[in-house]
Amino acid sequence: MKYGSSAVRALAAASTAVVVASLAACSVDSGIDDNASVEGTTIRVTLANHVWTETIKDLIPEFEEQTGAKVEITQLAEDQLSDQYNVKLNAGADEIDVLMYRPLQENKLFADNGYLADLTEQVEADAEWDWSDFQEGPASLTTYDGEVVGVPIITERTVLYYRKDLLEAAGLEVPTTLEELEAAAKAIHEANPDVAGYVGRTGKSAAVTQFSAFLYSHGGDWFDGTESAIGSDEAREAYKYYGRLIREYTNATVNPEMSWPEAFAVFQQGQAAFIADADSLYKNMTDPSQSTVADNVGFAPFPEGPAGSKPYNVAAWALAINEESANKTAAWEFIKWATSKETALQMAKLGVSGARTSVWDDPTANADYPEELLEAIKINGQNGVGYDRPLVIEVPKAREIVGEPIVVAIAGGDVDSAIDAADAAFTEFLAQDAE
Amino acid sequence: MTAVQNRAELPARERLSRWANKHRKWLFAGPSMAFVALLLVVPLAWTLILSLTDSRRSVRRDFDFIGFENYLEALTDTERFWPSVGRTFAFTGGALFFELVLGMIIALLLWKPFRGQGVVRTIVLLPLVATPVAVGMMWRLLFEPNIGFVNEMLSWFGIPAQPWLADPSTSLATLTFVDIWQWTPMVALILLAGLTSLSDEPQEAARIDGANAWQRFWYVTVPLMRPVIIAAVLLRGIDALKTFDILYATKGKGGGAFNDVETLNVYAYGLSFDYNEYGLASAVLILFFLMILAVIWVLQMQRKAKS
Repeated sequence: MKYGSSAVRALAAASTAVVVASLAACSVDSGIDDNASVEGTTIRVTLANHVWTETIKDLIPEFEEQTGAKVEITQLAEDQLSDQYNVKLNAGADEIDVLMYRPLQENKLFADNGYLADLTEQVEADAEWDWSDFQEGPASLTTYDGEVVGVPIITERTVLYYRKDLLEAAGLEVPTTLEELEAAAKAIHEANPDVAGYVGRTGKSAAVTQFSAFLYSHGGDWFDGTESAIGSDEAREAYKYYGRLIREYTNATVNPEMSWPEAFAVFQQGQAAFIADADSLYKNMTDPSQSTVADNVGFAPFPEGPAGSKPYNVAAWALAINEESANKTAAWEFIKWATSKETALQMAKLGVSGARTSVWDDPTANADYPEELLEAIKINGQNGVGYDRPLVIEVPKAREIVGEPIVVAIAGGDVDSAIDAADAAFTEFLAQDAE
Repeated sequence: MTAVQNRAELPARERLSRWANKHRKWLFAGPSMAFVALLLVVPLAWTLILSLTDSRRSVRRDFDFIGFENYLEALTDTERFWPSVGRTFAFTGGALFFELVLGMIIALLLWKPFRGQGVVRTIVLLPLVATPVAVGMMWRLLFEPNIGFVNEMLSWFGIPAQPWLADPSTSLATLTFVDIWQWTPMVALILLAGLTSLSDEPQEAARIDGANAWQRFWYVTVPLMRPVIIAAVLLRGIDALKTFDILYATKGKGGGAFNDVETLNVYAYGLSFDYNEYGLASAVLILFFLMILAVIWVLQMQRKAKS
């Protein structure tokens, strides 16, 4: 009788039956008919706040005219988007047809939960649309167990943003190694006490992705098989370096909860000399309405550490179809259009870096990018590592575990014992995650 | 003859109305009972069931009943669960104490009519109508350690800048202050309503007996106000225990980098929406629910003991 009364058991049995029935119902076939007309249907698309979204919204009337389908957009900020998916996909709701999601964060979880429709047949069928045109790294991130479940739309790499004027005034070259970066941060801060040498994400979970470049460049990694690797000497060095860089060269009280908007704000207001973050966000730095230092922003490849320059190069966002959608044919039609060569080219021209090789090779596509940035993107792309966080199923929890020592390092606490604790917790987590 | 026949075979409408009349207490209460059952009992029962399972990642996945393992895990967790319990009660206790004291002072000041009473009452009540999330955002800006207005103001008096929300040792106290700022008006409003309904005679009698203002307040007003005060404590206390919005709006997921403002509610939210551990999250919520019930029970006993 340890499970309580019979009424409880009856309810539980009933709910399990519902779960089993719905799982059985959805594993029949993909439900996508490439030849069917989508005219008159409504495609419900959930998108994140992003330059990509703003751009696609302007293009959607073209799609509606071409196909006769209607597109309904729900647009949300990242956290709200995750919460929405957690509720709606979890409940098996069919009110989302197309979803924009973060492959690194959610691909494994969503695919493993059976939330995403299998698109393998579709992506391989259309030679003109050309799945092989997508860069291998990003494409691998939207694949799960050999099934393609998403199409990458935005890629990004760590780039080093710097203040040209401050560097020039200090008589310094653009740093090419992490050692030089720290020396430059120190020198600039000493010459300008109000300016922080370096600013970066500090939030436990938020900092993980940007810290990854420091970790890899020091020769470290998150884990090796089922063993945590964050206790290695290389990883320890990386944690200490990142903490020092943010803590030491500033007079301001460091906000311990910064994600990119807060960290960027410090840089935009001219209060920091360097920040390494995603290159896809560069418009926030070069747009004069947001940034007081728009004219003085420089871009550089990620500096070399003891193990070389190893920024991440990842698919930040992708499109997928909700397995429960009743309108998969039209949903696929929309994805195919939104990720086509033509749309991707238009996106690139507006500063959104995609995953298509042909677009990156097209000189007209990137005319709008600052030249220095384009150069940095190329170099970073070659050196890039295909993930910026531990690639596990339960990513949020993993991020909090490996992020803990970052917070301690920035606060100037006992990093080594924080790493020891995180290392043990992470190994335990990995065993559980693989279950 | 026809009358007798009619009585034996009453028309259906008549019979229905008689039946309805006889059972009217059930009929009238029925809809609201069904409503309560649907909106309260069903989710609660579902949470209870989930709390006994190992459901994680998606509630549509298969899960097994694991008995009270989740409860055991929560109750033996000294890293997140118990500190959250401590913070929940510290936050509620601190906020409630100051809200009652300040609320009573404000209510006493507003009790006797004076010129411009309407304007003053409106101003005092303003924080109450602001949306908690907006309030959280506003105070987050004001308490920003580098550019915030609060530190700017302190510097006028030569007081060094404080980290406020940015430091784990001060963030919970800072947020307790924000809660006091926002909810004192509501407590004042309830207490003022209580004060206005008091009759003047006991006060007058006490005055004739030579009681001073403090004695009149402590020995006459407070005992008479007891039911109102308990009602205010009950309302505000339960609300404060459940606080989520200002904590989440100012410190985000997990109650900040060091979980420094993570109360039970924030913790359960994180378990459910970040970690997707529905079983454990449900167990924490059930424990939380039991704690609130216990608090209500203690307060109710208090009320009964005195009346």
